[in-house]
Amino acid sequence: MCVTCGCETPAQHGHEPGHAHDHDHDHDHDHDHDHEGAVPLTRGFGVLRPAPTRTVSVEQDLLAKNDRYAAANRERFARDGVLALNLVSSPGSGKTTLLVRTLEVLRGRRPVAVVEGDQQTRLDADRIAATGAPVVQLNTGKGCHLDAHQVGHALAELAAPAGGVLFIENVGNLVCPAAFDLGEAHKVVFLSVTEGDDKPLKYPDMFRAADLCLVTKSDLLPYVPFDAARAIANARCVNPALECLTLSVQSGEGFEAWIRWLEREIEARVPPVVARAAGGGRGIGA
Amino acid sequence: MHEMSLMESVREIVDEAARVNGAVRVTMVRLQIGALASVEPQALRFAFDVVMKGGPAETAVLEIDRVAGTAWCWDCSAAVALGAGEVACPACQGHRLQVTGGTEMRVHEIDLAPDQEMATCA
Repeated sequence: MCVTCGCETPAQHGHEPGHAHDHDHDHDHDHDHDHEGAVPLTRGFGVLRPAPTRTVSVEQDLLAKNDRYAAANRERFARDGVLALNLVSSPGSGKTTLLVRTLEVLRGRRPVAVVEGDQQTRLDADRIAATGAPVVQLNTGKGCHLDAHQVGHALAELAAPAGGVLFIENVGNLVCPAAFDLGEAHKVVFLSVTEGDDKPLKYPDMFRAADLCLVTKSDLLPYVPFDAARAIANARCVNPALECLTLSVQSGEGFEAWIRWLEREIEARVPPVVARAAGGGRGIGA
Repeated sequence: MHEMSLMESVREIVDEAARVNGAVRVTMVRLQIGALASVEPQALRFAFDVVMKGGPAETAVLEIDRVAGTAWCWDCSAAVALGAGEVACPACQGHRLQVTGGTEMRVHEIDLAPDQEMATCA
């Protein structure tokens, strides 16, 4: 059993008291019912006939377990006054680069922490650690997304950035992470101008799940056939309420708007007690 | 790809339901998958065979009921049908839609084979 959350993986499930596993297949008589077939047979009055199966209503959501962990994470963020953001995009959209720059800007202004999700390596965590921000790297191995359970474990290794931001950089993947709630306040989807402005229509789930879309690498716009206005229009086709910002870490264009968005969302989550402890509340060091 | 981890959830749910009901073999697993759920039924079928191996549902048949997608169109002020991959209202072509159904991913029911004692000779 895991000490952090009391979880048990299926392999760790013990046999429940009173639950017999010893259904014995050795009979003291012969009968040749088929163990391979889908329909078991019983013998009645010398005729083999199908045994009745019984139907059991289950009605359980496939994501119910993840959602329970996500709810626990969300409760924890609310209690600590932490803005948790789930950063999602295809690989190479500039999530880590934007994150590094953002951490530099927030340094001394807001407490921060980072959970990095990648299939393999600590490369991103090393980049984050170089900024001085506390970071936990999660490697998903063959997994294509972070789930709320993994994030819960990562939280156990991080001091809560009360009155600040926890950035969760998801695995680069524009499909699967859309379905998995981590307990975040918002999913922030990145779309770089080198990807194509039709991506929101081709991968609508992610843009539907997000609250903010960052169109990144805008300094490259003169060199690529990417229409930022069309990209945003496409994103709003699948999610009319989506906020959109266009920015570049290299040129700095639009970056202030992103920081203002962060400050607004942080302020919305700081409980009064944290605000007082931090020295009066609004606009700390800003 | 996340169909594999979703199917692992199916296995946990099915194994537990079989255990609670004292069954050693599951003959059918019926899922309800919404048209707007971010999951591919074909990929689920592939994952089912792999993930169910060694468990009570190893030889079970997988049935997938599709649940139609529905949305509220704010411009039409009406409930409308929304197919997989569609982002516009079929009536007005507008995009001010609120999805109201068809995102479910659920184990609906399972069929359990009679246990060994019941299956012996009459």
